[in-house]
Amino acid sequence: MSELTPLFEVFVRSKRGLDHVHVGSLHAADAEHALTYARDTYTRRGEGASIWVVEARHIVASQETDADMFSDPMEDKPYRHATHYDLPDGVENL
Amino acid sequence: MSEAADHNSAFMRKIEAEDKIEPQDWMPEGYRKNLIRQMSQHAHSEVIGMQPEGNWLTRAPTLERKAILLAKIQDEAGHGLYLYSATETLGTSRDAMVEALHEGRAKYASIFNYPTLTWADIGAIGWLVDGAAIVNQISLQRTSYGPYARAMVKICKEESFHQRQGYLIMHTLAHGSEEQHAMAQDALDRWWWPTLMMFGPHDAESANSGQSMAWKIKRRGNDELRQKFIDQTVPQADILGLTIPDPELRWNPQTERYDFGPIDWDEFAAVIAGDGLCNRERLRNHKQAHDDGAWVREASQAYAAREGRTDV
Repeated sequence: MSELTPLFEVFVRSKRGLDHVHVGSLHAADAEHALTYARDTYTRRGEGASIWVVEARHIVASQETDADMFSDPMEDKPYRHATHYDLPDGVENL
Repeated sequence: MSEAADHNSAFMRKIEAEDKIEPQDWMPEGYRKNLIRQMSQHAHSEVIGMQPEGNWLTRAPTLERKAILLAKIQDEAGHGLYLYSATETLGTSRDAMVEALHEGRAKYASIFNYPTLTWADIGAIGWLVDGAAIVNQISLQRTSYGPYARAMVKICKEESFHQRQGYLIMHTLAHGSEEQHAMAQDALDRWWWPTLMMFGPHDAESANSGQSMAWKIKRRGNDELRQKFIDQTVPQADILGLTIPDPELRWNPQTERYDFGPIDWDEFAAVIAGDGLCNRERLRNHKQAHDDGAWVREASQAYAAREGRTDV
């Protein structure tokens, strides 16, 4: 058995109302420990209003090699942006 | 002081300090219920709103118009999903929300019970209906519930093109042939008043407004938002060379706002109660799409189970 405990990813909400943002990772025996370590490791100066930890193996991530599949079809759709549309002179609040 | 009173005063201190309420915070049951009602209604509106626009997808006048309309409808589906997910953080489920819609216990915006008779209606929806929705949603970016506020920020950003594309459809028609101009005017005539109703009853008659304002779920009153929409839309109609169908509409130099005629609240009540032109069709289509899609949900679960991915 490996002595290394599982890897957890840590997400911190810096202020109420904002999203949790990924700040880093750490090893811990279980989720409760991970939460405590995350407090000590990532929020020593009051950076966080809330912490999420999730075991890294539960994160499913896109791969660099898949970038074309995920991004390319979006690039030929400029009409999804408001800047694609030229408004007549004098029109406001649109 | 009792524990519940302690919780409530801590909750109200956050509200008064403009702090957001987050999913794991204690909140009054009324606050939770009120939010579930408003947010699920908002989600249903995004999803049902795809139907009147979808009606013109196959008949858009050019390939570009079609691609734009498709992108817009795709956004509405996405916005429905953002809102359903945000609502689920309050402890309800997607199934429960859809069931409430199908059983008529949950509402959606009354505007989507009006038919799209011509291509100009697609222009009018983008310009007026999305315009009205944006006025409302901008104020909701400051709502007190964190997940709702964050969904609104994302939605407002993505919707910036919706209103513009609608306005430009109207502009093209209004400056086209006599028939096209008439078509644009007809769409404005039919959509203007139902759009004003989107903001809901006058504040004094609105069942949920007072408490929602106190909890900062709603940040601006129905009448104030309606007035803001009118004030910014009238000059836009002037540039189109179209006439807003309200003989009492005029600029009031004292208030520096537009005065406008009375809204037909009987029509609003009838449409909300289920007697609009398309209420039955909208719900029937939604139920059918939900039922027809059941095999896809089942197949994806069966596949995941076979691949041993149920833990993911």
